[in-house]
Amino acid sequence: MAYRHFEFIEKHAWTLGILTAVMVSLGGLAEILPTFVEANRVKSTAGGKPYDPLRLAGRDIYVREGCYLCHSQMIRALRFETQRYGAFSTAGESVYDRPFQWGSKRTGPDLARVGGKYSDAWQRVHLMDPRTVVPESNMPAYPWLATTRVDGTDIAARMRTLRMLGDPYTDADIAGAAGAVDGSTELDALVAYLQGLGVARESEPARTAAAASPTIAGTSP
Amino acid sequence: MQRVEVYSYEISMNDTEHYNDHVVRLFLLAATVWGIVGMLVGMFVAAQLAWPGLNLGIPWLTFSRLRPDHTFGVIFAFGGSALIGTCYYVVQRTGHVRLAWGKLATFTFWGWQLACVLAMATMPLGITQSKEYAEPEWFIDILIALVWIGFGAVFFATLARRRIRHIYVANWYYGAFIIAVGLLHVVNNLSLPVSLTKSYPIYSGVADAMVQWWYGHNAVAFFLTAGFLGMMYYFVPRQAQQPLWSYRFSIVNFWALISIYMWAGSHHLMYTALPDWVQSVGMAFSLVLLMPSWGSAANGLLTFNGSWHRLRSDPAAKFMVLALVFYAASTTEGSMMAIKTVNALSHYTDWTIAHVHSGSLGWVAMITIGSLYAMAPRALGRPAMHSNRGMELHFWLHTSGTLLYVIAMWIAGVTEGLMWRATEPDGSLTYAFIDSLLAIKPLYVVRWLGGVLIWLGMWVMAWNLWYTAADARRKIIRPVPVPIPQPVSQQTPAPLPAAG
Ligand code: HEC
Ligand code: HEM
Ligand code: HEM
Repeated sequence: MAYRHFEFIEKHAWTLGILTAVMVSLGGLAEILPTFVEANRVKSTAGGKPYDPLRLAGRDIYVREGCYLCHSQMIRALRFETQRYGAFSTAGESVYDRPFQWGSKRTGPDLARVGGKYSDAWQRVHLMDPRTVVPESNMPAYPWLATTRVDGTDIAARMRTLRMLGDPYTDADIAGAAGAVDGSTELDALVAYLQGLGVARESEPARTAAAASPTIAGTSP
Repeated sequence: MQRVEVYSYEISMNDTEHYNDHVVRLFLLAATVWGIVGMLVGMFVAAQLAWPGLNLGIPWLTFSRLRPDHTFGVIFAFGGSALIGTCYYVVQRTGHVRLAWGKLATFTFWGWQLACVLAMATMPLGITQSKEYAEPEWFIDILIALVWIGFGAVFFATLARRRIRHIYVANWYYGAFIIAVGLLHVVNNLSLPVSLTKSYPIYSGVADAMVQWWYGHNAVAFFLTAGFLGMMYYFVPRQAQQPLWSYRFSIVNFWALISIYMWAGSHHLMYTALPDWVQSVGMAFSLVLLMPSWGSAANGLLTFNGSWHRLRSDPAAKFMVLALVFYAASTTEGSMMAIKTVNALSHYTDWTIAHVHSGSLGWVAMITIGSLYAMAPRALGRPAMHSNRGMELHFWLHTSGTLLYVIAMWIAGVTEGLMWRATEPDGSLTYAFIDSLLAIKPLYVVRWLGGVLIWLGMWVMAWNLWYTAADARRKIIRPVPVPIPQPVSQQTPAPLPAAG
């Protein structure tokens, strides 16, 4: 057996270290690089439009509050799942999601297509105190969202950063950001974000069908 | 299969080199404190799932803000401190050499504690990247990276000056843990800051998901597995007072483990929008992974062959044996859950939480506690732990708490999985979502009770360590001299953890 080669490694720290580094890099490279290439080909299902300022603010609040720790945004390609939540999620739907919010635990239901399911008023009441509308719920109440305002200059800065990363915001978009969120509370922003979830895809059927890259989704819906 | 060699030491009279146990003691203290803090937060978030009003309307006490504090607190603060501390202890003992760069080692201690305090303080304020197990924002990530480089430098520099030619296998695992975690941390946290408290990752959507779970899974692999296997490979033979069952087998397992793990991350994204072929590769490698996992577990358990009677009198050995059993069990479970059809049921449910905690409370926490009980008296200048009955009590508290936790969450997970997929003869869904929450709520209370027992056990350990450290606190212990072995050229490989 080639065991004596191993014995060499066992006595040479540098060889051991370098070989270890090589072995641990292989798997990641083999899976991540091709995924990047495929992901680059995926087009947005929202017709190439990134989040508008209010929904972007809402999305960042969703991240900040940690909603993803109880809610997924990824409907799997399984029958009982599409029956409950709607058409399964495709790669095109999260193109502008930095970071992605697919989640890994469903203490509450999936939210990928919750947009339009309830009225704005229901969403507000529910976020202020979920147990007023669903008494058995264990979702936390988020009353502080109603008392904090969204900061317009901060949103503009965020849009500029996202543009540097490649999201197609125009100068006009950024200039108009402060005005677009003016006077809105964090609750308004979060509700706007929730009401937009999964909506773009259904309202633009023709464009979507071509863009929801079947190579990524496995099969097209 | 194994060769047993005993060194003959020639300790010269004017020998002045001593082991650096000071930094080891600091990490020991930190691990104990963080263990109590991290599990307290775990208990509190567990309680909130059963009684959601417990946050008292305070934002930073809310479940979704605090849950990352639990995971970071137990994995990086508790587990990390224990890993770095034992690593410094083991690399000195197996190389018969004092730790290199003592000041840098002390820096890694304070730097790591600072990073942990910053992370634990900012995440409840909503300053988070929202990537599981990598939540702290960019400025903390940079600090972590710097400390990590320091840790690696101390470790490899100590290896470079070792007096034993052969590098004992525990160090292989510690080395892989350092290299891989450094790589994962940097790649997954690449982001562009907007301000001090907010950044956006350079990846988005599917690519971000792939990078995150490549990280998330391998944080499990190299932080929660490889690192603790390093601990296991040193402290299990010490506690069994026998050499490793098969040294050669440990090496085969090493290469298999570190190369296969990195391919398996996509089993966290089954049936999602990730390309199908990546999911299948992840599943295949997860199944193969069972072999090196069982290999290490078997090697550790068989090392106790012939000294099983020790279990009757030595609670530290009991912790280790049960840790290995849980390791074998949770890796088997993991490989099953990586099969697509099983994952269709288990994903998103509390089954995942059961798996996580059979791995973390069963394997990670138990091997840590066992190793700390084995190391503490030696690092604190005492012949044994202060109280054997204290350790015994801790063992039963921890074991019963873990079983309560894991069994409750298994039942909850399978219940959820079955209720979500149940359909009526006409094809419609049987249950509304809320029905499944109602069905498992009592189990959330049982899980919380399990957590309470485990947490009380941690206090018993803290009390026991406090009294074991009595001499060290009075600064009347003497540093342990490094035994100087034969010249390197005359050494034959001796796969035994060195004495001391
Ligand atoms: C402790 C876990 C938990 C957290 C954290 C949580 N939720 Fe929920 N959520 C639930 C549960 C359980 C339900 C189902 C019962 C209900 O409607 O309250 C739910 C329901 C919902 C619904 C209705 C979905 C539907 O289809 O009926 C929305 C919308 C929602 N949550 C949004 C949020 C947002 C936004 C956040 C973050 C600010 C959040 N949740 C945080 C547990 C959670
Ligand atoms: C007192 C003991 C503990 C209690 C009561 C506890 C409780 C919890 C709770 C309530 C959650 C959230 C579950 C959910 O969202 O449904 C959780 C998650 C988690 N815990 Fe613990 N925990 C304990 C110990 C530990 C230890 C020691 C570790 C690791 C070393 C650990 C690692 C984790 C991880 C990694 C998660 C995230 C799981 C996921 O996202 O899938 N826990 N824990
Ligand atoms: C052969 C070894 C293992 C395999 C194949 C494996 C596989 C899996 C699978 C399939 C999941 C579920 C992913 C999902 O559906 O979301 C999972 C989750 C998890 N496992 Fe393991 N597992 C293994 C060992 C371990 C060990 C030893 C630990 C130690 C603590 C561990 C910790 C975790 C954690 C923390 C998660 C939750 C991740 C999350 O969703 O947040 N695993 N594992």
